[in-house]
Amino acid sequence: MLLVVEQFLNGLQFGLLLFLLAAGLTLVFGIMDFVNLAHGSLYMMGAYFAATFVAWTGNFIIGVLLALGATLLLGIALEFIALRHLYGRDHLDHVLATFGLILFFNDAVRLIWGPAGLALPLPAWLTVPIAILPGIYYPAYRLAIIVVALAVALMLYIVVMRTRLGMLIRAGASNREMIGALGINIKLLYTLVFGLGAALAGLAGLMQAPILTVQIGMGENILILAFVIIVIGGIGSIRGAFLAAIFVGMIDTLGRAFLPDLLRQMLSSTAASTAAPALSSMLIYLLMAIVLVLRPEGLFPANRR
Amino acid sequence: MADPLLRVENLVRRFGGIVATDHVSLDVARGELHAVIGPNGAGKTTLISQLTGQLLPHSGTIRLAGQDITRVPAYRRSALGLARSFQITSLLLDFTAIDNVALAAQAHDGHSFYFWSNARKERHLRQTALAALDRVGLRHRADVLVSKLSHGEQRELELAVALATKPQLLLLDEPMAGLGATEAARMVKLLQELRREVTIVLVEHDMDAVFALADRITVLVYGRVIASGAPAAIRQNEEVRRAYLGDQHAVTRHG
Amino acid sequence: MKDLLDARNVIVALVIAGLLSLPLYTSITGNIFMLTLFTRIVIFALAAASLNLIMGYGGMMSFGHAAYLGIGGYAVGILAAEGIGSGFIQWPVALAASALFALVVGALSLRTRGVYFIMITLAFAQMAYYIASGLARYGGDDGLTIYKRSTFGGLINLSSRVQFYYLCLACLFGGIYLIWRIVNSRFGMVVQGLRSNEQRMQAIGFPASRYRLVCFVIAGTMCGLAGALLANNTDFVSPAAMYWTRSGDLMVMVILGGMGSLFGPMIGAIVYLLLEEFLSQVTEYWALIMGPLLLLIVLFGHGGIFGLLGRLRRG
Repeated sequence: MLLVVEQFLNGLQFGLLLFLLAAGLTLVFGIMDFVNLAHGSLYMMGAYFAATFVAWTGNFIIGVLLALGATLLLGIALEFIALRHLYGRDHLDHVLATFGLILFFNDAVRLIWGPAGLALPLPAWLTVPIAILPGIYYPAYRLAIIVVALAVALMLYIVVMRTRLGMLIRAGASNREMIGALGINIKLLYTLVFGLGAALAGLAGLMQAPILTVQIGMGENILILAFVIIVIGGIGSIRGAFLAAIFVGMIDTLGRAFLPDLLRQMLSSTAASTAAPALSSMLIYLLMAIVLVLRPEGLFPANRR
Repeated sequence: MADPLLRVENLVRRFGGIVATDHVSLDVARGELHAVIGPNGAGKTTLISQLTGQLLPHSGTIRLAGQDITRVPAYRRSALGLARSFQITSLLLDFTAIDNVALAAQAHDGHSFYFWSNARKERHLRQTALAALDRVGLRHRADVLVSKLSHGEQRELELAVALATKPQLLLLDEPMAGLGATEAARMVKLLQELRREVTIVLVEHDMDAVFALADRITVLVYGRVIASGAPAAIRQNEEVRRAYLGDQHAVTRHG
Repeated sequence: MKDLLDARNVIVALVIAGLLSLPLYTSITGNIFMLTLFTRIVIFALAAASLNLIMGYGGMMSFGHAAYLGIGGYAVGILAAEGIGSGFIQWPVALAASALFALVVGALSLRTRGVYFIMITLAFAQMAYYIASGLARYGGDDGLTIYKRSTFGGLINLSSRVQFYYLCLACLFGGIYLIWRIVNSRFGMVVQGLRSNEQRMQAIGFPASRYRLVCFVIAGTMCGLAGALLANNTDFVSPAAMYWTRSGDLMVMVILGGMGSLFGPMIGAIVYLLLEEFLSQVTEYWALIMGPLLLLIVLFGHGGIFGLLGRLRRG
C-alpha cells in the first residue's frame, strides 16, 4: 500500500515536471508555429545554472532563483538574436536550425563544465520526510516539486484564461492573423512567450536536478517525452498538455515500478528481467501509438484556424 | 424528374452552432447545366465539398446516377464520374500544365503502382492530356510550369484537369473567380461548348454568366434553398430578389 | 548543351569520378584512412538518398529514419552472433525487417501530418532505440561486435577494403538509379503530386495513404541496406546508430545537399561528414562551430547546396 502511494506520488511529480516542459513547448508551437528542438537544451541549462549558482551562493533558494532568471534571459536572447528570423518558415527549417543549437549547447556545456556532469545537493530542510498521511512518509523535496509545479500550472491557467496576455495567447493559438490585426506588438508578444517557455523548461530542469541528473544530453531524452505528450494532448492545448503529462508521468512511473513484478508472475524470471526495462521504456510510445490510431489530432486539440 | 443524374435529399451540415447546409435538396438532370447561386456565406462551397466528399454531411443523402455516395471517400467519387474544379486554384504548382492533366488521366487508368517506366512517356496518357488541354485552348502552354501560367490560364487548366477524368458530372466552384472581361467571356464560351458533353453544376457569382448558361438555377441563402427553377422564374421570384438580386446585393463581375 | 554543363551537373560528374577512382588514389598514396572514411560517407549517402525519397520527393518529413540503420545493422549483427554469417541470409533479413518496421510505423504515423508526423516518427525511432538497448543478449547499450563480416560464398570478400568500398558505391549508385526510376514512374508522379497538393490529388481520384505508405516502406528498406553495410563497415552495431540525433544528421545531409534533387543527398552527405571530420581534427568541440553553421545555413541558404548552385548559374 505504501509503495503504491509512493509510486503514485512519484508519477504525479514526474507528470508535473513533464507538464512544465511540455507547456513551454506547446505554447511556442501554438503561438508562433515554431518547432523548438532546443527546448531540451534550455531544460539542461536550467539544471546546469542551478547547480552552479547554488554552489556559488551557498544558498539553495537564491541559487535556484538566479538560475531561473538566467534561463529566462538565455531564452530571450536566443529568440532575439536567432530564432525570431525563422518564424513563418517551414517547420523543417525550425527542426534543422534548433537541431544545430542542440549540438552547440551540448558542446558548449562540455567546454564550460566538463564532460562529467554535476551534482546539486539539497539543503537539509528539504531532505526530511514529511508525513502526508499517518504512517506514510514522502520526501519533502518531491513534495515541494509537486506543490511548486501545481502552483505554476495554476498561474499559467490564470494567465492564459483570465488576463489580456492570456487572451492574446489563446487567440494566437487558434488564429495567428487575427492578433496581428488587433494592433498588438507581435514581436514583443512572441519574445515574451518564448521567454516564458524557456523559463518553464529551465524550471523543470532545475527542479529535477537534485533527484535525477545534471548531465550533457539530458534534454534530448526528455524532449521526446514532451513531444509525445503534446501529440497525445493536442498541439497548442495547455489543458491537453496537462492531462496528457499527468497521464504519461503516471503510466511511466507506475509501469517501471510494477511491470517487472507483473511480468515475473507471468513469465520466467530471466525473460521478465530482460523484457521489463525495455517494455517500461516502450510503454509511453505504445500509448502514443494507440492514441494516434484512435485520434490523430490528439485528445484535446486547440481549435485550428 | 425522371432519373436525375444527381439527387441531393435533405442534406444537413453543421459547424459548431452554425447550420451551413440546412436541409438542402436539389435534382440535376442528365445533360443540364445547373447553377447554384447565393450571397457570400450562403454555404455554396460547403455544399460542393459535401458533394465531392471533402466534408461529410451530418444527415441527408447524395445519389449519383441512383447510387448512394453520401459517405463514399473523395478519391472514389472521382472514379464514379464526379469531377471538381476548386474555387481557389488548386493545381500542382511545381508541375507543368500537361503533367497536371496527365496525372488526372493516370488516376483513371488503372492503378499507379508502377515503379519503373517513365510515366511521362505513356502515350495514351499524354494524348488524353493534350486533348483536354486542346479543349480548353491551352495546348500551346502544355509544357509551362503551372506557377508561370496566368490566373485565367490556371482556371482553364483546372477545367482541363477535371475533364481528363472523363466525368459524368462536373462540379465547378466559381470558375470565373478573378477573371478579367475577356477571360471570363472565353470561359463562358468554353462552358457553352462543354455543356453539350457533360452535366455541369456551376457555383457562380457572375450573374451574367449564370443567366447565359444555366438551364436551371438553385438559390441558396444561409444554407437553405429558397428557390429552384428556370432562370426566368428565378429572376422574377420575390424572395430571391429581396435576398440576393436586390440593389444592396448587386453582384457584378469580378476583376 | 549549355544546360548539361551547368554547375550542378559538372560538380556531380566530378564527384562521381572522384568516388570511382578513390581506391586508386588511396592505394598509391597509402592513405587507408581516406578509404574507410569515404566508405562510411558512401553508406550514409545511400541512407540520405533513401530519406530524400520520402522527404524531398514525398514531402514526408521523417525524423526517425536512422532507425533503419540500426535495424539493418542489428539484423546482420544478431544473425552473425547466432552463427549465421552468410550475407545471402543476413541482408535479405535486414531488408525484410526494415520493411516490416516501416510498414507498421508508416501505417500509424501517416495518419498524422506536418509537425505531428515529425514527432511521431521521432518517437518510434526512439522506441527502436530502447528495444535495442534492452537486448542484453546482444550487447544492450554497449553494442554488439561483429567478428566476421557477411560472407557471400566467395563472390566478394567484404574484408577487403577496396572490394567493400566498391560494393557500397555500387549500392549507392544502384539506389540512386532506382530512385530516379521510381520518381519518374507513375508511382513517383503520384507521390510527388501528393507532396504538392494532396487535396487536388484526392479530387482526381488518388487514395493518398496507400501510396505514401508504399513510398515510406521503400525508403525504409533502402536505408536498411545502408544499415547492413554500416554494420559491416564498423564491425559493430549499437543502439547509438538509431539515436535520434542520427536521424537529425541524415536530415541535415538531405537538406544541405538540396531536397528533391537526385544527387543532392550524396553531395550533402559528403559535405556534412567531411566537415564533421575536418572540424573534429581542428577542435574537440567541433559542434560549437557546426551548430551555428547549421543555423546560418538554414537562415540564409535556401534549397541547400544545389539550390545555391542553381542560383549561381542564373545570377
